[in-house]
Amino acid sequence: MSTVKLTVNGKAVSVDVEDRTLLVHVLRDHLNLTGTHVGCDTSQCGACVVHMDGKAVKSCTMLAGQADGSSVTTIEGIAKGDELHPMQAAFRDNHGLQCGYCTPGMIMSAIDIVQRHHSQGSGGQLDEATVRQELEGNICRCTGYHNIVKAVLDAAGRMKVAQAAE
Amino acid sequence: MGVEGIGARVVRKEDKRFITGKGRYVDDIKLTGMTHAHFIRSPHAHAKVKKIDSSAALKMPGVVAVLTGQQLVDDKVGNLICGWAITSKDGSPMKMGAWPAMAPETVRFVGQAVAVVIADSKNLARDAAEAVVVDYEELPAVADMQAAIKAGAPQLHPEAPGNQVYDWVIGDEGATDAAFAKAANVVKLDVTNNRLAPNAMEPRAAIADYDAAEEHFTLYTTSQNPHVARLVLSAFYNIAPEHKLRVIAPDVGGGFGSKIFIYPEEMVALWASKKVGRPVKWTGDRTEAFLTDAHGRDHVTHAEMAFDANNKITGLKVKTYANFGAYMSLFSSSVPTYLYATLLSGQYNIPAIHAEVIGVYTNTTPVDAYRGAGRPEASYLIERLMETAARQLKVDPAQLRRTNFITQFPHQTPVIMAYDTGDFNASLDAAMKAIDYAGFAARKAQAKSQGKLRGIGVSCYIEACGIAPSKAVGSLGAGVGLWESAEVRVNPVGTIEILTGSHSHGQGHETTFCQLVADRLGVPISQVSIVHGDTDKVQFGMGTYGSRSAAVGLTAILKAMEKMESKAKKIAAHALEASEADIVIENGEFKVTGTDKAIAFPMVALAAYTAHNLPEGMEPGLKESAFYDPTNFTFPAGAYICELEVDPGTGKTSFVNFVAADDFGRLINPMIVEGQVHGGLAQGIGQALLEHAIYDANGQPVTASFMDYSMPRADDLPSFNLSHTTTLCPGNPLGIKGCGEAGAIGASAAVINAITDAIGKNDLEMPATPDRVWRTIHAA
Ligand code: FES
Ligand code: FES
Repeated sequence: MSTVKLTVNGKAVSVDVEDRTLLVHVLRDHLNLTGTHVGCDTSQCGACVVHMDGKAVKSCTMLAGQADGSSVTTIEGIAKGDELHPMQAAFRDNHGLQCGYCTPGMIMSAIDIVQRHHSQGSGGQLDEATVRQELEGNICRCTGYHNIVKAVLDAAGRMKVAQAAE
Repeated sequence: MGVEGIGARVVRKEDKRFITGKGRYVDDIKLTGMTHAHFIRSPHAHAKVKKIDSSAALKMPGVVAVLTGQQLVDDKVGNLICGWAITSKDGSPMKMGAWPAMAPETVRFVGQAVAVVIADSKNLARDAAEAVVVDYEELPAVADMQAAIKAGAPQLHPEAPGNQVYDWVIGDEGATDAAFAKAANVVKLDVTNNRLAPNAMEPRAAIADYDAAEEHFTLYTTSQNPHVARLVLSAFYNIAPEHKLRVIAPDVGGGFGSKIFIYPEEMVALWASKKVGRPVKWTGDRTEAFLTDAHGRDHVTHAEMAFDANNKITGLKVKTYANFGAYMSLFSSSVPTYLYATLLSGQYNIPAIHAEVIGVYTNTTPVDAYRGAGRPEASYLIERLMETAARQLKVDPAQLRRTNFITQFPHQTPVIMAYDTGDFNASLDAAMKAIDYAGFAARKAQAKSQGKLRGIGVSCYIEACGIAPSKAVGSLGAGVGLWESAEVRVNPVGTIEILTGSHSHGQGHETTFCQLVADRLGVPISQVSIVHGDTDKVQFGMGTYGSRSAAVGLTAILKAMEKMESKAKKIAAHALEASEADIVIENGEFKVTGTDKAIAFPMVALAAYTAHNLPEGMEPGLKESAFYDPTNFTFPAGAYICELEVDPGTGKTSFVNFVAADDFGRLINPMIVEGQVHGGLAQGIGQALLEHAIYDANGQPVTASFMDYSMPRADDLPSFNLSHTTTLCPGNPLGIKGCGEAGAIGASAAVINAITDAIGKNDLEMPATPDRVWRTIHAA
């Protein structure tokens, strides 16, 4: 057993877990943050993606201990109160989800994609091919990705506007 | 239509919980005192279970029980059933091999459960499972269908000699033979329809909770049809009577058919929860999904099509072998028979058809309905035949289709189905225009100058949906009726709850069903909520599959709405001192037509519940229900055209354009309909290019993870170019045909027709991986 200290969605937490415990299970089982999902056992599907210190990680592929001391953001932590994150709003507005199971991981990956491209100073221009390629690690069985890609491109625009306003 | 009525692109009501991480799937639920189940599964494709030694496991900390198949037998828990009886051509019933939820004696596929460990946590259950020693005696196994039917092949079930489930026929053999005898041309084709793993992203899961004082069970499960689950669990498995079993299917993360069936795990969880006296949870992992979720497709077919001198089809002969895996899953028997062979006429006038389907047992995971279920196999076969014929007869493939299109409706095919309506030329026109079919030759030449092989492929599919008229399916062997139920509950404040037997696992019912109510009453959809997925709340229902929720489920809601509105009008007329015939419903008000007298809907609702001033003899309250049984199947149809390029150096395929022109009848929410098509197309394209569930000769699965089974990813697919043509379905008052499966039914033939067009060789099997395409290009 080890004690793992994390900041999750802005709140400091400390959990005692077996050493073999994965980050995703700390989130789901210990902290009741069940928005982060498990869709595979081989690190392929991305249903479990969260942000650790601002970067997208697959929480099924990381021991909780490896995350000790870091700041984790999950799907439950990206809206500001009632105000959805632009990526959440874009998924809804573009019908980028059906059963919703892949959605939290998709949204967390997509935010990371957009943020990286915006900060690369490439004018922040994301195109369809790039979005499709960067979503490689997230599997959706429902949407055929068409509307997910649309949502990400839409959100990229919204996030840029939001960034400019800040 | 109003901003939220029928035909409006309303953003989904259910999305908020999903995008904020507040969906509630089975694995998200925790009950007090809950234990965790881990199944011990056979590593062999065929073996005798000699002995199970759980003594060491039982001594481990946190282990509550280790239960085996023999205990299921001792407790008289029933075997799994197949709910559709098929009769062979010799009049004998299909041969059912017994399928116990955990095998007491013999395992017949890798992944079949033999025992279950129940422990305080998932990890403890897994640890203890390692300590259970199962002594197997390996038996020879057979995974390949052709090998399984050969003399001397390993035999799976004593009940099924030669590993044959049935040998079933449909159509007129004499008339078909006569057509071939007179044919000007005969086109022959052998095709394999590759086995697929459904892979809904949420793995299956179950939580069973037994209340000893009430002798009552609650089951939370990943089901597309909780009432059917309860019915089967009660009527056949001897676990609990229906009134003592509540089945809840909360948010479900995709189904595609695989969550229709009742699986061993939920049966065992229920039974075990009573045995251990605590709630039992089981959540499958992805490997278990590959091993135990019913697979799809897996046909090998030889077909011949006869043409007269004018290129009109005169006959079709089909012989199909269908792999059922080791056991007959719940609806498996109907898939290669009544869901497949009845669609072999496609969109074409074919005077004579004869088909024979031989069902085969193999030492593989059971096969059942997967998105489209039989109809993709039929459509793929017919559309590859049409393309092959066009090449052989040297006519344009679109023109050959037009020459043979059915243009008069209703149209009785020689294989049971009576198509009610359609306009196949219209959808083909729309697709050809969208892809600029006329300009293709120039684009092909241009691509050639850049060293690329460009191809175009057409696929004109038809499917039978809105499953199904109960009487008709009953006469064909179905064990259930396929109507749907609905209840409209108006609350005293005028808000509305719609209870439906349909189940949403991604389809957006919480939005589209509200749109019907908004359309009829003019109330905002925020005033309406949809209740589904709980047998304690909804009286009964048949669930969601076969593109039936709108055509059947929504029609049931319409019928209940009509009853409710009729009563409400009487109340309004009474309150307004007008004649009921003069009452019209507009913008949430009941108005006396031609006057300014009106009463708001909530006031009508309140009047129904205060009952202070109701018409003489009227019962208080405002709640109505309806059961709707369709009169016919519905027949969505359309034309898909795929344009792509093949790199002859690598065999890699790249999409240039994919157009889909569908006729689904009336659309309730075009945005959601398009989403259904996108998802279906992805699964059809996945089958054509990527997906294949493979077994080695000994029955070991070699594609049991996402590392080995190629799921379509975002960069494997193009954006799609969709359009709609419309002929309203005459079979239901809303004119709806259904849209859930079309993409998966029509897409694969379009892709393979395009690749074979590009490479100039017709003999190419799915999945058309770069390796396979390259070899085909370079084959002598
Ligand atoms: S659950 Fe983490 S990648 Fe699939
Ligand atoms: S929305 Fe169902 S898996 Fe993506």
